[in-house]
Amino acid sequence: MDIFKAFWVGGIICVIGQILIDKTKLQPGRILVMYVCIGCVLGALGLYKPLVDYAGAGATVPLTGFGYNLAKGVIEEVDSSGFLGIFTGGLKAAAGGISGAVAFSWLAAVFFNPKEK
Amino acid sequence: MNQSEKIKKQMEYSHMVQKASPDSPIIMDCVKAFVSGGIICSIGQMLRNYFTGQGLSQDDTGLAVSLILIAASVLLTGLGLFGKIGKFCGAGTIVPITGFANSVASPAIEFKKEGWVFGLGAKMFQVAGPVIVYGTVTSIFVGIIYYLAKLVM
Repeated sequence: MDIFKAFWVGGIICVIGQILIDKTKLQPGRILVMYVCIGCVLGALGLYKPLVDYAGAGATVPLTGFGYNLAKGVIEEVDSSGFLGIFTGGLKAAAGGISGAVAFSWLAAVFFNPKEK
Repeated sequence: MNQSEKIKKQMEYSHMVQKASPDSPIIMDCVKAFVSGGIICSIGQMLRNYFTGQGLSQDDTGLAVSLILIAASVLLTGLGLFGKIGKFCGAGTIVPITGFANSVASPAIEFKKEGWVFGLGAKMFQVAGPVIVYGTVTSIFVGIIYYLAKLVM
């Protein structure tokens, strides 16, 4: 049941991205930036957490979930360490994903060569 | 009378076709994005259930799921398969964290030939860089507003 919820919510978030790509000719990179910022703002306003509670990975796997993590991280860090938390909370929450993407990609670049087009 | 009605109908039909056809690739794109994005999120949910069952905290579970999806996307990118899948799925693979991982891995592999430092090392962040910059800036604004709100209340 929770897999079905993840499926349709995640699917709809992707459809919104698809409509933006087709209708506005925005580059995919801009969509990613937009999604992270929107997720962060919705997370800060407390609007994204209900979606995460409902859809689980359907809300956390799309990049809006990455933005939500940033907002969640910074709010928790301000609660625990005060002013300095403003500067550490966001990236701390994102550290695992960013480090993973960088490290795996570096390794991939060591082992793989570009494919002929 | 009969014929003019026929022509009218034909014109109506061609008008309808004209109206519908520019949209139909979008509808097809959306179906593909919905199904593929949904499948990726479902895989994420299965992993989430597994790690929660192993007793991981919610934050750790989220990270573990992300890392597995990132590793899988990077591997598929290295094998040259991600591009083919991505062309078919559109936003279905771009919007999930898989798209972020691909946006790091793809230029890393592509620009290795321009050097390890300013090729691979710099171009890796072509898309991820802006994402991290604007994500961080947004989170800092959120932090400042939250901090001030806490002071006032």
